[in-house]
Amino acid sequence: MSMTEPIETMAEPWDDVHASPSVVRAVRASTAIVPKDSIAGRSLTVVVAIMTFLASLTTGVAMLVVSAASDWQSDVGREVTIQVRPAPAHNIDADVRSAVEIARAAAGVAEVRPFTKEESARLVEPWLGGGLALEDLPIPRLIVVKLAFGARPDFTSLRQVLAARVPTASLDDHRRWIDRMRTMAETAVVACIAVLALVWAVTVLSVTFATRGTMATNRPIVEVLHYVGATDSFVSGQFQRHFLLLGFKGGVIGGGAAILLFAIVEAANSWLVDTPGGDEIAGLFGNLSIGVAGYLAILLQIAFMALVTAFASRRTVNRTLEMID
Amino acid sequence: MIRFENVGLRYGLGPEVLRDLNFGIEGHSFQFLTGPSGAGKSSLLRLLLLSLRPTRGLISMFDEDTARLSKDARANLRRRIGIVFQDFRLLDHMTTYENVALPLRVLGREEADYRAEVVELLQWVGLGERMGALPPVLSGGEKQRAAIARAVIARPQLLLADEPTGNVDPNLGQRLLRLFVELNKSGTAVVIATHDIALMDEYDARRLVLHEGRLHVYD
Repeated sequence: MSMTEPIETMAEPWDDVHASPSVVRAVRASTAIVPKDSIAGRSLTVVVAIMTFLASLTTGVAMLVVSAASDWQSDVGREVTIQVRPAPAHNIDADVRSAVEIARAAAGVAEVRPFTKEESARLVEPWLGGGLALEDLPIPRLIVVKLAFGARPDFTSLRQVLAARVPTASLDDHRRWIDRMRTMAETAVVACIAVLALVWAVTVLSVTFATRGTMATNRPIVEVLHYVGATDSFVSGQFQRHFLLLGFKGGVIGGGAAILLFAIVEAANSWLVDTPGGDEIAGLFGNLSIGVAGYLAILLQIAFMALVTAFASRRTVNRTLEMID
Repeated sequence: MIRFENVGLRYGLGPEVLRDLNFGIEGHSFQFLTGPSGAGKSSLLRLLLLSLRPTRGLISMFDEDTARLSKDARANLRRRIGIVFQDFRLLDHMTTYENVALPLRVLGREEADYRAEVVELLQWVGLGERMGALPPVLSGGEKQRAAIARAVIARPQLLLADEPTGNVDPNLGQRLLRLFVELNKSGTAVVIATHDIALMDEYDARRLVLHEGRLHVYD
């Protein structure tokens, strides 16, 4: 069929209607095949934004907990204590000096610091009150032995030497506490990973269902494209591109909000350094920074969320096309 | 151009809605497809549009056995067929001009390449002044003409129309029929599904009558 020639020679059923040149000039095929701005599309963006925010928050908190648990373990594990008990016919100060020498001579020891009498008094102050004269009480003295990073000193031989030369001294390598701490830290890490997995599962499911819901409103477009001869890859490509952008937009909003929140917390934490509250928080959670890895994980989540949305739309389009055909 | 041989169609495990269809549609031909409601007119149109697969029999289109075609090949074949739906199926977010140009966009053609063609066709169907309007503000007749323009813009060899005059008054129905006749004169084979007897009496053409799933042809 030759459209140009026959139209000119044919009788025109609507020859009484003519378009003005301004109307003809004004029209342009600029509208996207998949409508860019729809209520369903905006709702999907909001869902993706909220779920990305929650998932990013969970990821960040999980990373903080894992990092703090690791810090607790290494801090406790890098310290042992020697206790020197008072005993009749023993000069406790001399015993402390001997124990310090033995400890300093041991391999893998970085620092040995005996508690002074005043420090020892402060340790028992909560129970016995202030202004205590230690000479009046048989209070043991503590020596804090800090280990070199990565060193594993031979505690058995150190115990044997101490027992031989300073019978009133005993070594506590905190093994009992470390074991408890490790159990607690491992439980916290497992719990965080479980919560993260659940949040991710909910995120992927809710984004998938929200995408399907939004796609349902676009079914007429899929049908029309199919009937005018579009290939399946053309149709799914149109929707995939559109939903990739929607998912990315939602991801950037949600992930961006999470990044902003973590940055504010990190800044607030650095302002609180050397204050009593700040020290307590630092003691529990470290420096409250998710670090470069944390921010990178959030950026990856944004990209992942966009991909989930695009993939869900592609699957829904393909299923719709299978139902039509 | 199109040949049906012993074609049958059933939905799921239900009874056959179309039985032993044996007929052909030649190029440049004009025919009405008629029959009572529920006789299977829409199903037959969907078979002709390659939107349904027959449960038995052979359908050949443009010298191709449709059962052997891949999805992409079916889509390519569908580009040689234009369809006008009873409910128009225009996309509400696109202007009349964009709706009519859609099949050409799907073909990957640039707007500069098809613009004059689309404007000319819209002028021809009397929608020149309405080409920038969105479908929700068009009248029923205007929507129908936009749907017809979209169906023929890619110059199909076969034009299918499902109850094209079902939603318009008799005068407009006549004008639409004239449009189809003019398109047929330009070389497009036309199949109009209708149960409007008055419309069929307006033009002497072949009639395909569906009754209880069987097709009777009156040349």
